[in-house]
Amino acid sequence: MTTTADRPSQEFKVVGSRPIRHDGVDKVLGRAQYGADLKLPGLIHGAVLRSPYAHAVIKKVDVSRAEAAPGVFAAITGDDMPVTGSKVVDMVEEVTNLKWSSQRVMAHGKAVYRGHPVAAVAAVDQNTALEALKLIEVEYEPLQAVISLEDAMKPDAVIIHDDLVGDHLGEKVSPTNVAEHTRTEFGDPEAAFAEAAHVLERTYTIARAHQGYIEPHSSTAFWSPDDKLSVWTTTQAPFGVRSNVATVLKLPLSDVRVVPMEIGGGFGGKIGLYMEPLAAMLSRKSGRPVKMTMDRKSVFDATGPGPGGQVTAKIGVDKDGKILAATADIRYMAGAYPGSSISAATAGIFACYKVPNVRIDAYDVVINMSKTAAYRAPGTPQATFASESLISELCETIGMDPMEFHLLNAAEEGTRRPDGPVFPRIGNVACMEAIRDSEHFSSDLEKSPDGKLRGRGLATGYWNGGGNRSSVTISVNDDGVVSMVEGNPDIGGTRTTLAMQAAEVFGLPAHDVHPTVADTDSVGYNDLTAGSRTTYASGQAAIEAARQVVEEIKKRMAMIWETEPENVEFEDSVFRNKVAPDQRLTFKEAAGKLGQTGGPVSKTGTVNVRGSGGGSFAAHLVDVEVDPETGKVQILRYTAAQDAGKAVHPSYVEGQFQGGAAQGIGWALNEEYYTSPDGVMQNSSFLDYRMPTALDLPMIDAIVVEVPNTNHPFGVRGIGETSIVPPAPAVGNAIADAIGTRLYQTPMNPSRIMEALANKRNGKNGH
Amino acid sequence: MTQQETPVRKVPVACTLNGQQTEFLAAPYQSLLEALREVVGLTGTKEGCNDGNCGACTVSLDGRIVDSCLVLAAEVDGKSVDTIEGMAPPHGLHPLQQAFLEEAALQCGICTPGFLVAARALLEREPHPDEHRIRLWLAGNLCRCTGYDKIVRAVQSAADKTT
Repeated sequence: MTTTADRPSQEFKVVGSRPIRHDGVDKVLGRAQYGADLKLPGLIHGAVLRSPYAHAVIKKVDVSRAEAAPGVFAAITGDDMPVTGSKVVDMVEEVTNLKWSSQRVMAHGKAVYRGHPVAAVAAVDQNTALEALKLIEVEYEPLQAVISLEDAMKPDAVIIHDDLVGDHLGEKVSPTNVAEHTRTEFGDPEAAFAEAAHVLERTYTIARAHQGYIEPHSSTAFWSPDDKLSVWTTTQAPFGVRSNVATVLKLPLSDVRVVPMEIGGGFGGKIGLYMEPLAAMLSRKSGRPVKMTMDRKSVFDATGPGPGGQVTAKIGVDKDGKILAATADIRYMAGAYPGSSISAATAGIFACYKVPNVRIDAYDVVINMSKTAAYRAPGTPQATFASESLISELCETIGMDPMEFHLLNAAEEGTRRPDGPVFPRIGNVACMEAIRDSEHFSSDLEKSPDGKLRGRGLATGYWNGGGNRSSVTISVNDDGVVSMVEGNPDIGGTRTTLAMQAAEVFGLPAHDVHPTVADTDSVGYNDLTAGSRTTYASGQAAIEAARQVVEEIKKRMAMIWETEPENVEFEDSVFRNKVAPDQRLTFKEAAGKLGQTGGPVSKTGTVNVRGSGGGSFAAHLVDVEVDPETGKVQILRYTAAQDAGKAVHPSYVEGQFQGGAAQGIGWALNEEYYTSPDGVMQNSSFLDYRMPTALDLPMIDAIVVEVPNTNHPFGVRGIGETSIVPPAPAVGNAIADAIGTRLYQTPMNPSRIMEALANKRNGKNGH
Repeated sequence: MTQQETPVRKVPVACTLNGQQTEFLAAPYQSLLEALREVVGLTGTKEGCNDGNCGACTVSLDGRIVDSCLVLAAEVDGKSVDTIEGMAPPHGLHPLQQAFLEEAALQCGICTPGFLVAARALLEREPHPDEHRIRLWLAGNLCRCTGYDKIVRAVQSAADKTT
């Protein structure tokens, strides 16, 4: 379902249609080559020995017996890895210090998370490599694991990194486990709270949750004798892997070539380095290409989920329910190294509202668990669970309808986001209105026939989206079909959404643009597939390349028609001579005449899209049913409305809304790292981690709202991430509506529901 | 294996693979999944968890769908195995494959072969399953991208079209 909140001035032929994706046939045939599918001559297989302890000094690692075993080609330890100095890189969704990245991929003297690589081997096959790991002798001295905010932040805390210098409101602090404390302030929240008719403050705890991509990480490397390194890997960031591998292994940037394989899901979790440098070092030692594929347990133990943490939020309103002030204290557990998207959390927590007075403190805290990574709208679902749950409870307290509250306080064009930027034209109100006008919203929530408790919940969410750098090259073939080379791994249909934007310029069907995702030697620089940026920003590079191609062909037509290029116009896929209107050639006809008029036409569009991605807002409405005897929550009905600006391929836009909603529902109800006191994840399998299955979910109604983005030629907004932001509070608000008491913690699993119901019977509430 | 004096002797396996008589040698510890991918070279069957929880490696074994990571390669001797590579007719697509494309039922595509093999088994048994039946049948296949909505619709669409 698509609503056009504000009819766009442009008419489109290709954009907004639903062609079959270009890579689709290969993917339904099982022919597409994902990371682990790669075969190379002489390929051998690597395996990683991982620390069983979350925190331990590594006193000795002896790989000599493993190295000597039949079928083993090479073994490495931390001593084989170059030492990387401090270098901070901006990976769009993550800011990373490569000193920490290099330590994370292989322990140097100390293991700081369970699953931390301690050594690695390469052998003739996977089984031989795994057997050889058993021959490696490691002497550990276990240390106390720090796995909670409380333990990490207490005055006499066990320090995880002696060399970590914290930045606490601009002051350098060491030793500490608090890598950063930031504060964002505007106005005078305390004075505003004093004047408020109602003030409510609550503390929420959000579990760390994994992206849960179905494809485990897989990386293959070949270190050629001429010191050229090739890396085939499942990554969202081939150019990021190139520069980070080069830095970590001390190679010249351009001597590293990264080939992005098809990627089986990422959601932010396939941005950083994991096994690429290890495969490279094993290849260097063995002279063979080395493939390393993680098992699922290692994916849970040793890659980065989204951070868990604690958020205290406070909101004050006047007698009409208008927000006067809001404050928040956000504490995220980054895992074993700094970096847990606290700045995005700060930007997002109150972004849906006009907040005249605000203060947000945020803490980035290291603990002895694997370093967290970006996870779809990094940092924002956790913070929004707090703000949207609080607003729902506040509405209950003051007797105000949440829809009315949202519309009264909604941020709109010109509103200052709490952390500073002023919103351009946005679809915040339009999404709320789309929900208000939906059949779902006006439907009655029928009573359960068997005594179960039903409730309805509403929540909003926001993600800004990124722009950044992209390059796309388009070449015209003699038959009028064009090839398009791009550099963004296609996680969910972006070959097609980029091709469609170029096709729109040419007036060609989408399938006359043939997209290829190229390696880092074969296309200009591209930032990663993340930040909801690919369709939005790389799409602009595709449009730019297409427009250059059209301009070049105009020149060629002018040569043929012996006129000036200014006299040649291009419309509806036809070149015309304005001076002699009978002179006209279609794009396809013109394409056949390029060879004789100056040679092939091939153009590269490059962009560095600055500033905001335009922002995509969403509003979600959910009906739940709670079984008071078991605590099980069933999702009965779900509607997700979100602003796409202009949906390039509406089916894939809907798919992003639905997929994000499903992940958010999982985070709300089931997903967490269930961890022993010594930092060992107890549920590191899909069975025990328990992501939503087809049976757990209903159809998810997607309402595509289109408020054109002024920063994109076709009005497109990046839409991939916002959909994970509202579900947890929406589900929580629905549960509260159903059972008459609130949960302040994810996951809202059966035992917590039963506890909340018992507390309610005993007259206690959960906060 | 490396600790043993003599290497493990491989086991000959003769099976019908996607309708073709096929013979290969598998190590006794090797799963059907590993043998398909590493020995036979059919990489369309995917590994998501290697412990029977995600369904990405679903294949049909004598007409019954199984997680190929939980079956030893040596067990399929004398049996019939059907993988994603055998699903489409020559120069064509199975109606489910076509429906997955038309309904945009895949995003990253890594779970798609498993879903297709599982859904085919459902439609062979029950040509007109309702939504709940489809969801129940596919509950052993995890997808993290789509929220299942478009997958369920694709199966419904293929069922409608095969009448």
